Amino acid sequence: MSTIIAYFKGIGQGLNTLWTGMKVTGYYFFHARKEIITMQYPDNRDTLKIPERFRGRVVMLHDQNNEHACNGCTMCEMACPNGSIKIITDKILNPETGKVVRIIDKHIYHFSMCTLCNLCVQACPSNALAMDNSYENSVYDRSELTFVLNQPGSKIRDNVKD
Amino acid sequence: MNAIYDFSILTGGIHEWLSGLMSPTAVMITEMVIIGTLLIVFVALMGLVLVLAERKVAAFFQLRLGPNRVGPWGSLQTLADFLKLLTKELITTKSADKFLYNLAPFIVMLTPFLALGVIPFAPGLQIMDMNIGVFFITAVSSMGVLGILIGGWASNNKYSLIGGMRSAAMVVSYELSVTLAIMTMVIMTESLSLSEIVASQSDGWWIIKGHIPALIAFLLYLTASTAETNRGPFDLAEAESELTAGFHTEYGGIKFAFFFLSEFVNMLVVASIATILFFGGWMPFHLPFEWAVGFNHIMDFIPGIVWGFGKVTFVIFLMMWFRWTFPRLRIDQILNLEWKYLLPMNLVNFLLMALIALSGFYL
Repeated sequence: MSTIIAYFKGIGQGLNTLWTGMKVTGYYFFHARKEIITMQYPDNRDTLKIPERFRGRVVMLHDQNNEHACNGCTMCEMACPNGSIKIITDKILNPETGKVVRIIDKHIYHFSMCTLCNLCVQACPSNALAMDNSYENSVYDRSELTFVLNQPGSKIRDNVKD
Repeated sequence: MNAIYDFSILTGGIHEWLSGLMSPTAVMITEMVIIGTLLIVFVALMGLVLVLAERKVAAFFQLRLGPNRVGPWGSLQTLADFLKLLTKELITTKSADKFLYNLAPFIVMLTPFLALGVIPFAPGLQIMDMNIGVFFITAVSSMGVLGILIGGWASNNKYSLIGGMRSAAMVVSYELSVTLAIMTMVIMTESLSLSEIVASQSDGWWIIKGHIPALIAFLLYLTASTAETNRGPFDLAEAESELTAGFHTEYGGIKFAFFFLSEFVNMLVVASIATILFFGGWMPFHLPFEWAVGFNHIMDFIPGIVWGFGKVTFVIFLMMWFRWTFPRLRIDQILNLEWKYLLPMNLVNFLLMALIALSGFYL
């Protein structure tokens, strides 16, 4: 007797679960206009909204005085798993304190080798680096993918610790 | 039913005009050529439309957009695909059985052509009114699996062979359920002629008049016929993830298109039979009550061809809904479903329908 009950129970449960699935897809079908998530990329360039956390490429943040927060500690260079960052440092004499301090000459970033893993941004102790939201980064020559991240004429911000 | 929507006026007119021009034999041959051409055009058109519909419907179920680049709303996409398939080179693999390999697509394609020959789509729009139409369709529709089996065997490829054998095991089992579900309805219609079955529903569709057993029969028929067309959750003859493409792995170009097209036209045939048996074919929606005379009269003003194709579209949509919702079954699950569930339920339902027909407990 119990097997007979189980048989009909199985049929009922089967129909019920099938209907549950059909309700889900049916909702999608009849609300397709609202729910469709496809972006027709080249056509919607004007209205395209890139999420804030999208990793486009690594940039160094500069404020309005053309000052950045990088003191050339090379933590990002060490954190990079595929060696796409190379920092050339320089030493200058601080005229006020009379100390020799380290500054960056060039923060070289090879975008062609970068996997956008975000490890350099996390490693940076002074939050000098960030990921921007740029896309369409393709170029015609490999050399165009090597960037110097510190802007020409920029200098380190005063309150950054060594 | 309004007489102006009757296609037999048009076809009769053409027949009389041709009879005035030539001898009866020549008239018959000319009409056969015309009808054959129209049927080929119809099948090709329906194939293109249904493939596009399938792709669009599938896209909406999966929250995608589907084809939308070729023509407005992607409407010329399947035509472009068809032209591409037409221009491809026909390759026969080296170790294939050449004769059977080339024969299989034609057998597969022949089935929907034969079945479409007896289906009434609208008043007067029927190629041949056989008095055993239902029997003819059940006989003919089991021939499709022969083409699949031959194609799978002749390709000389393990995937094709497994696909063909699976399809054979499945279709042979599900034929029983399809036929029993049809027979359940034939108890009510008291005729095997498709046009008479449609005519018997002029005061209400059988799914309403036959209530519970008709509804069960419809569900059983829908399940079993989805399996018979190798679609939906029962598409393990193709089973992309396991067998690359199953029985048509080794086919390319227009030979592949034949397999592909036949699947969709078979779906049309199956949906048409479901429409005729359960939803009254091209009959308008009528309520079998005294007070519904005005309502019935309004329904008569919608042409039969709209009703016919509208209902076919509905059933096809149901089958597409199944396909894009349910996961594919394993071969043992499929055979379990048929032999342990569908077949016993069909037999009991058959008995129930016979009792209801005897006791007159229907509208």
